[in-house]
Amino acid sequence: MSLYYVQKFLYELNRDPDLQAAYMADRRDVLRPYEVTEEEADALIGPDIGLLFHLGVNGQILMHFAALHQIEWADYLALMRDGVARHGPVREGVYAMTGYEGVDARRSRSESDEGA
Amino acid sequence: MPLVYAGVCSHAPGITGRADQADPEVRDRFYAAFDGMRADIEESGAEALVVIAAEHFANFFMDNMPTFAIGMADFYDGPIEDPGWLAIDRFRAPGNRDLSRRIITEVMQTVDVSYAEEWRFDHGIAVPLHFVTPRFDLPIIPVNINCQGPPLTPLPRAWALGEALRRAADSVPERIAVIGTGGISHWPATPDSGKINEEWDREFLDRWCRNDHDALVDYDDLGIYADAGQGGFEIRTFVAVSAAAGGASGTVAFYAPIPIFAVGCTIASYDLA
Repeated sequence: MSLYYVQKFLYELNRDPDLQAAYMADRRDVLRPYEVTEEEADALIGPDIGLLFHLGVNGQILMHFAALHQIEWADYLALMRDGVARHGPVREGVYAMTGYEGVDARRSRSESDEGA
Repeated sequence: MPLVYAGVCSHAPGITGRADQADPEVRDRFYAAFDGMRADIEESGAEALVVIAAEHFANFFMDNMPTFAIGMADFYDGPIEDPGWLAIDRFRAPGNRDLSRRIITEVMQTVDVSYAEEWRFDHGIAVPLHFVTPRFDLPIIPVNINCQGPPLTPLPRAWALGEALRRAADSVPERIAVIGTGGISHWPATPDSGKINEEWDREFLDRWCRNDHDALVDYDDLGIYADAGQGGFEIRTFVAVSAAAGGASGTVAFYAPIPIFAVGCTIASYDLA
């Protein structure tokens, strides 16, 4: 999976009205420059907000993608809940929080300091 | 001139975008506190407003993520979001390229920062400005701390940034005000949106008002995430303002959880006198 490129596409889409128009005209074609998997592409084309959240897309990026699709706020929250229910916990990114490298490194350093 | 104002406020997009869904009584008291912040800044005679923000992938992305960035432009457009979604019309806020350059140059003596000659404000700055400088007549110097895409800067570095900004503000002839906007606890734009840890918020604000450096930098991100959500990472902006206040003590003008705004809505300031 390639969460970075999924988020990069959404970041650029959120910023660029021309890309938004191109996306609306041909959702698959605009994804060609991005290194995304079939699963990710299908989620971006659907759109499948719940799957994108499960894949780890940051809500600060995802909420604007939902708004682009005219999805109301309460529905956006429900779609994310549904995605977690369907697919399981968030796989990657800040919400996975099994501890990203920075926190783990800091915690382990802190514990070893306490031990010493 | 010595810094003339230091405060903090919330910036959640729901504050404007979902205004009609909030309890009107609480919402209006919050808006009144924002009005008080505006009056205080006007009364301070501020000639420029430094806004320490935590933007949300509007200008900065993981291809080249600056830990700290300061704007250096004569104008800033916003909001980058759909104006209807945010309920804030498109605006052009004034900057001051020359003043930014002098501030950045001084900050760089102790803290490495990136600069940006182009910057489109998202809700993180647009919402505060909507209340604090609604006529967009006060030059803005935007400062960003990456609070969204880990790894994030440690809290003592956010403190160091605030100290450097204070030194820089004091070094220029202009009267400078500074506000930080962020957190406190919240889980924005996630299935937990609307969850607010009031007890955690009040403990944090107590540390903030005491300007207790050791207590303010004592949080770690795993604990913040567990207790205050990923939105809690934005306390970096509040911590930087504490450092900029140079030991002053603070007062909370308003705090109340407003779930539809997805944050414990906060207005607070330091007594710099």
